[in-house]
Order: sequence, then C-alpha cells, then structure tokens
Amino acid sequence: MKLLYFAWLRAKIGTSEETIELPADVSTVGHLLEWLKRRGPRFADALKDASVVRVAVNQDYVPWDHPVRPGDEVALFPPVTGG
Amino acid sequence: MIRVQPEDFDVGAEIERLGEGRHEIGGIVSFVGVVRDGAGGDRIGAMTLEHYPGMTEKKLGEIEAEARRRWALEASLIVHRYGRLEPGERIVLVVTAAAHRQAAFEACEFLVDWLKTKAPFWKLEETSTGPRWVEAHASDDAATKRWVAE
Repeated sequence: MKLLYFAWLRAKIGTSEETIELPADVSTVGHLLEWLKRRGPRFADALKDASVVRVAVNQDYVPWDHPVRPGDEVALFPPVTGG
Repeated sequence: MIRVQPEDFDVGAEIERLGEGRHEIGGIVSFVGVVRDGAGGDRIGAMTLEHYPGMTEKKLGEIEAEARRRWALEASLIVHRYGRLEPGERIVLVVTAAAHRQAAFEACEFLVDWLKTKAPFWKLEETSTGPRWVEAHASDDAATKRWVAE
C-alpha cells in the first residue's frame, strides 16, 4: 500500500510518501490510523487529533469506515484550503 | 477545462481564448483569487501552496462537471497555481461563460466556494513569527453547504 502525507502531517511525520505492507487485521481507514499511531512518537503526535485529519483512498475523500486494501493509494492530510 | 500549474496566467488572454468564436455566449464571468499581505494581524511575506498531484486535477474536474450539470454553461475554466506566491500574485482563476448572465454568475460563485473546501490544496504562510499553516475556515464550509441545501 502506498501512503502519502501532506502539509503539516507530512512535516510532523517527516516523510511525504512510503510503501507499507498492510497488516492482515487492518481493514478500514479507522484501523489504519490506529495502527499508524502505534508506529512511533512522530505518528502518534501527528495523528493524535483525528478531527483535523482527512483521508483519501485512491484520490477520493472517504469516511473512517471506508475499506482499505493492499494496492490502495491512501493519503492523509489536514482539511483543505484551496482558492 | 482544468489547469494546475506553478506559472502565472494572463487573465485577459484566458478569457479571450475561452470565448473565441463562440457566438452562443452572451456573458462571461471571471473570479481571480490573489494573495493578501495580512491575516490575523501578522504580515504575510509569502505563501507556499502545496497540492496533491493527480487528486487535484480529479477533484477540480469533478467540481467543474458538477457546475456544468447544474447550470447551462457554454464554457468554463479553472486555473489554480501552486508553489511559492507573494502578496499581490494571482492564485486562482475561475471563468464561466453562458448564454445568459445569471448562469455564469451563479456557476462562478459555486466553483469558487467548492474549490475552497474540496480541492486538495494547503497553504503555508511566511509570517514575522515563522511559518504557519492556514487552517480551514468554518465560513468556507458554510459557503459550500449553501449549494447543497439548494
């Protein structure tokens, strides 16, 4: 699975992109965030307030209960500010 | 039509190109977003716009398609810049063209409201106290929701 991070999430986590092996027990966006938080202090800090984290799976905004699968492109970022 | 680019754009030339030879068009409305030099009391030296290549084009295309579904537009254009921009520089251009002005005005406002909350861009401001990420505004969400209620 390809993971992308943008804006202050990228800055806090310290990388913009990585490829991971999706653990077998991670089947939704919500599970993925919980699993990511346990990967280290940078992740725990960046993801501590889920209300300011938005997620896109394969370039579409999705809710926390959206499924994730190996091969998906999952992006984590703060609320967008275009225009 | 959608373009995402670091370069500036020529508003007059873009409008002219969009309407060229299209005699069914009776009105063209444009919106130009520009970098301000102050927000929340701090002076802004510049801002850097980050985006999600691929998803940005996809979302802008969806927003444009939605506008064309709701209003009888003859032509439309969104140009959004990214990268480092200084106060006074243009950020975004939205142009809508229709047989009648009302559709062009409404669709233009709709597009600007929607790209504020749906296009994956983030702004990092350079302030006197250091860099600061611009937070999403509740007023932008409200502006977008107004079009959902209708």
